[in-house]
Amino acid sequence: MGEASFFRDRLLPISTVLLALIALWYAFVVVLNAPFERDTAARAGTTISFMELLPNTMAQERPVLPAPHQVFAELWDTTVNKAITSKRSLVYHAGITLSATLMGFAMGTVLGILLAIAIVHNRAMDRSLMPWVIASQTIPILAIAPMIIVVLNAVGISGLMPKALISTYLSFFPVVVGMVKGLRSPEQIQLDLMHTYHASSSQTFWKLRWPASMPYLFTSLKVAIAISLVGAIVGELPTGAVAGLGARLLAGSYYGQTVQIWAALFMAAAVAALLVIIVGFAHSLVLKRMGARA
Amino acid sequence: MTSMPVSDTVVSAKDLGLTFQTADGPVTALTGVNLTVEKGDFVSFIGPSGCGKTTFLRVIADLEKPTSGTITVNGLSPEDARKRRAYGYVFQAAALYPWRTIEKNIALPLEIMGHSRDEQKARVARTLDLVNLTGFGKKYPWQLSGGMQQRASIARALAFDADLLLMDEPFGALDEIVRDHLNEQLLKLWAATQKTICFVTHSIPEAVYLSTKIVVMSPRPGRVTDIIDSPLPKDRPLGIRETPEFLEIAHRVREGLRAGHSYEEHA
Repeated sequence: MGEASFFRDRLLPISTVLLALIALWYAFVVVLNAPFERDTAARAGTTISFMELLPNTMAQERPVLPAPHQVFAELWDTTVNKAITSKRSLVYHAGITLSATLMGFAMGTVLGILLAIAIVHNRAMDRSLMPWVIASQTIPILAIAPMIIVVLNAVGISGLMPKALISTYLSFFPVVVGMVKGLRSPEQIQLDLMHTYHASSSQTFWKLRWPASMPYLFTSLKVAIAISLVGAIVGELPTGAVAGLGARLLAGSYYGQTVQIWAALFMAAAVAALLVIIVGFAHSLVLKRMGARA
Repeated sequence: MTSMPVSDTVVSAKDLGLTFQTADGPVTALTGVNLTVEKGDFVSFIGPSGCGKTTFLRVIADLEKPTSGTITVNGLSPEDARKRRAYGYVFQAAALYPWRTIEKNIALPLEIMGHSRDEQKARVARTLDLVNLTGFGKKYPWQLSGGMQQRASIARALAFDADLLLMDEPFGALDEIVRDHLNEQLLKLWAATQKTICFVTHSIPEAVYLSTKIVVMSPRPGRVTDIIDSPLPKDRPLGIRETPEFLEIAHRVREGLRAGHSYEEHA
């Protein structure tokens, strides 16, 4: 009973849900794509039986909802069958979005940590900065992203940087909030101890506040990295659809290429999952080195 | 530490008072405390909660500022004494940093005070031995029992060789069997290191067993009601707690506590 089984505890529940979702997906494919088949038949002056219509709904060129196997065929075709340098390779586009994501994530993390340090160490900063940090996130990113792109273009900054800045704008927030909490997490007794040693504030920071904040930092980073990817994709939408997963989504919607949209969507989800897993791995590695219970 | 004034008085409080300003108005934590602690003393502060015993210890440690009267530590203001690392403080909880091993926890004050790595190593080994934790240096705090954790925190307070040890109910959270054992060890440690110890407790047997001087305190307002110089010899086996001398002192402490409590109903 007590013995952990990878199959029973992890694989079985996850694959059950996955199979249910795929079944549901196929059901919707038939329902949503059937009207097009009926219309086509009506225009040709014929009628079409349900059994005739069924395979057609899963093989349309521009379906309302593409079938899972169509999406995965497209994914396979645009990743494995295309050179990475090709403009039609999804790996190429994902790579462009990823570089903006990582740059924005790095800048957002540094900015977030610096702001948190200022807020924790200075009452004036706490009172003046924190409300603005919160206010910054009440502005819808979809509204502000095109403006950031246009303004930065006007001053000669283009390419990776504007997209990375949108990622930064989104990702610094969870880091600030998490780190303010983390840097304040030491108990009074632990701070008193430092006081009895006549420790300087930088010693108190590096030997107490910083290590105490690590669990909070990594929890924030998991949110920040996922949101960075969203920022990079949103940043690619108004750039005129040149390259990147955002551009791929936009181009797909211009030309009604629903299969391409879904493939890009799945790629984005896979990249996000991979990034969160990497941060999670770094998290447990750091905590393990800090002597956490196994 | 050669620059310190040569004197045998470690702590000297004159008419010391501390009033906290709270939302419900001022609260007098300490009033009119007169006390001297001589070098080598083992002084226990005993009294019910709210009597100001911990507050007085925190005033010595410069963790609280008195609002009236004067206090000196090693002939200096508490702040100057703290800046010269005059004392080691043992808190109610071990307060070990969970991300540091036991030896790294003990080395913490040494790192802050800028001791060399070799010096740190030597001192950690010596203090681990003093508290009987040799061999546990590489463990993390969660791998140790509560009593062992508290011993590690005592080692940390001893590591930088301050002459004064301030202990705030260090064994309060431990069960009586462990507590008896640690009391015995603490006496041995006190004899071996010749330190001056100020010890806060609310256990009468603990106070009488350990101390050369017992300060009985009472609450509302926090004040000293009796100071008892113990006639017990320095060498004290656990069995001394059944002797008539021991029981007589314990009786006097109990009387002092009761006197302080007599108008509790009106508070």
